[in-house]
Amino acid sequence: MRKLLILSGKGGTGKTTAAAAFIRFAEARAFADCDVDAPNLHLVEKNLGEPECFDYLGSHKAVVDPEKCVNCGSCQAVCRFDAIGADEKSHFVNEFACEGCGVCAAVCPQGAISLRDDVAGEVRLYLGERVFATAELKMGRGNSGKLVAEVKSALLKNAPAADLAIIDGSPGIGCPVIASMSGVDLVLIVAEPSVSGISDLERILKTAAVFRTKAVVCVNKWDTSPEKTEAIERFCAENEIAYAGRIPYDAEASNAINAGKSVADIDCAASRALREVFDRVTGQLTGSTQ
Amino acid sequence: MTVAVLSGKGGTGKTFVSVNLAAVAKDAVYLDCDVEEPNGRLFLKPEQVTSSPVTVPLPAFDGEKCTGCRKCVEFCRFNALVFVKNRPMVFPEVCHSCGGCALVCPVHAVTETPRLVGTVEEGLSGGVRVVTGILNPGEVSAVPVIKNVLQKVAQDSGLAIVDCPPGSGCSVMESVSRADYCLLVAEPTAFGLHNFKMVHRLVRLLHKPCGVVINKASGEYSPLEQFCAETNTPVLLRIPYSTELAARTAAGEVAVRRDAAIAGTFRGLLNEIRKEACDEKTADSER
Amino acid sequence: MKIAIPIEENKEAVCVSFGRAPYFLIHDTDTKTSEIKVNPAAEAEGGAGLKAAQFVVDAGADALITVRCGQNAADVFMAAGVKIYKALSTYANENLKAMAEGKLDELTSFHAGFHGKS
Repeated sequence: MRKLLILSGKGGTGKTTAAAAFIRFAEARAFADCDVDAPNLHLVEKNLGEPECFDYLGSHKAVVDPEKCVNCGSCQAVCRFDAIGADEKSHFVNEFACEGCGVCAAVCPQGAISLRDDVAGEVRLYLGERVFATAELKMGRGNSGKLVAEVKSALLKNAPAADLAIIDGSPGIGCPVIASMSGVDLVLIVAEPSVSGISDLERILKTAAVFRTKAVVCVNKWDTSPEKTEAIERFCAENEIAYAGRIPYDAEASNAINAGKSVADIDCAASRALREVFDRVTGQLTGSTQ
Repeated sequence: MTVAVLSGKGGTGKTFVSVNLAAVAKDAVYLDCDVEEPNGRLFLKPEQVTSSPVTVPLPAFDGEKCTGCRKCVEFCRFNALVFVKNRPMVFPEVCHSCGGCALVCPVHAVTETPRLVGTVEEGLSGGVRVVTGILNPGEVSAVPVIKNVLQKVAQDSGLAIVDCPPGSGCSVMESVSRADYCLLVAEPTAFGLHNFKMVHRLVRLLHKPCGVVINKASGEYSPLEQFCAETNTPVLLRIPYSTELAARTAAGEVAVRRDAAIAGTFRGLLNEIRKEACDEKTADSER
Repeated sequence: MKIAIPIEENKEAVCVSFGRAPYFLIHDTDTKTSEIKVNPAAEAEGGAGLKAAQFVVDAGADALITVRCGQNAADVFMAAGVKIYKALSTYANENLKAMAEGKLDELTSFHAGFHGKS
């Protein structure tokens, strides 16, 4: 199975819109939403039936037993994550800041602190002719990389026969992005032609390079700045980064998404341009397996 | 007053709103907590920039003192330590810097040394003090850099605008922790609404007063308006989509510094925020 | 010498994941016996490759036969002097045979860690 991951660096450039279009063009039978902090693909991939849902256990969280706590403050003194507060009766752990390291439990002279499993999110797996794996991280949680790994693994386990898997990634360059990159054959970076977009493109490319992942770039909403679009094209040429083309800003695309459709379901300038980008990207994918 | 600007979905205009809010105030601090992709500096172009490293402690093991008891390896919940050839070995990207191994070592064989994960830059742009957190590519956790950025501002030092990361995970939680008021920037689209609801829940959970700016509006997107009405979340401003504004932003311009009308709009927004935050304070003290 | 191989639930096929394989087969070429042990890292929150590597080193392995291995685990094996070989076939016992016949190549490329999150 070949795996195509769609990233962007900057948020809002059109990853999910592109992923939804590609899924149609490829008639993909395996796809995943690894933007676990803010998943959106399920809003355009409908009619998949009811998902199987699994609790996602993130790291552990420390819990103070108020009956045993004598308010000595030893725990708060050693916590590196500012995760412990106190009131007149007892100390308590802030579940959002706690990283589950266990240091507080180790120092508590009363043995009042224990570490518990924490349900940090949910994995949703839609199984049928098409397999779709998605997840949502509970708010304030970290460890999103591990949830991403679970989403990918759910996809690979349940769709072994699919020959192409399309993975919608998340913005940024941190943990969920790094986790989504491992084992993929190609990353498509959807870039925005703006000062911010270019800066973020460079950072995501650097990140992909750190993990030796092959990348190809396309520019979305290119006509919002033809000048910046050309700058990106020049940058790719100068740095020998594969370039898959440009997609115009198209209000029809937004309308399609708002109606719960994939852009590929309608005929408009954006969908036609996305088709060309898709063809070039799949060309890169087959190239990479030779 | 500290105002955190967040959105859930990426690309809605957090940086656009935070940069312009900071620029239109007489004297403010702009804190860029989107340390994975910090962009405020591209618009504000700060001068006299100084930078300081952000480090996290990494354990180092003294081979002479180590008795091979492996209490450190057993303790580490992140599996960052492996005992090989009579000495513990640490894997930096997996280590959470909790200090547990040093704590449990019976012979004090563990010391901690700083490991670089990012940088914080400070500079000036007109009347705005610009503080930017930058995470090094390849590093997984933004939290230590964000903490460092927020520490650069004393609690009660005038207006501080915090530009938050997208999403609603731990980085966002950390960025919002000191805010007196949260400004949610929403995009009137199906994707925007879905992620907006997540971040709205987060802000309510933290009991932060909040208001909304609807950005890139073209006509009314009723599900968003309805949601705000149902949850009693005030919409403070609606900014229509404008190709000209998009082009100026793409070029890295600070709109309020070039266009008097937009400056007026943002001054109005700032006043609204001040009023809302003040009302909340009064309401709080009356409770 | 002792050889370790990550194996699947069926206890026969080589598992494609090293860190999260359900079991390890430990084969002793001197006594010609094999043991199957549960991999303690299979359900680890993070750093699974590291925990699995620790397990393999503690089991006294001199060599590992695997389909793939992460950089972190590879670093552990390098420090411990454990040689890593690329698995040739689906079944553990076939790989052991190939190893005895000197047909296995060393594994030289490792994938980037999942950074404590897998």
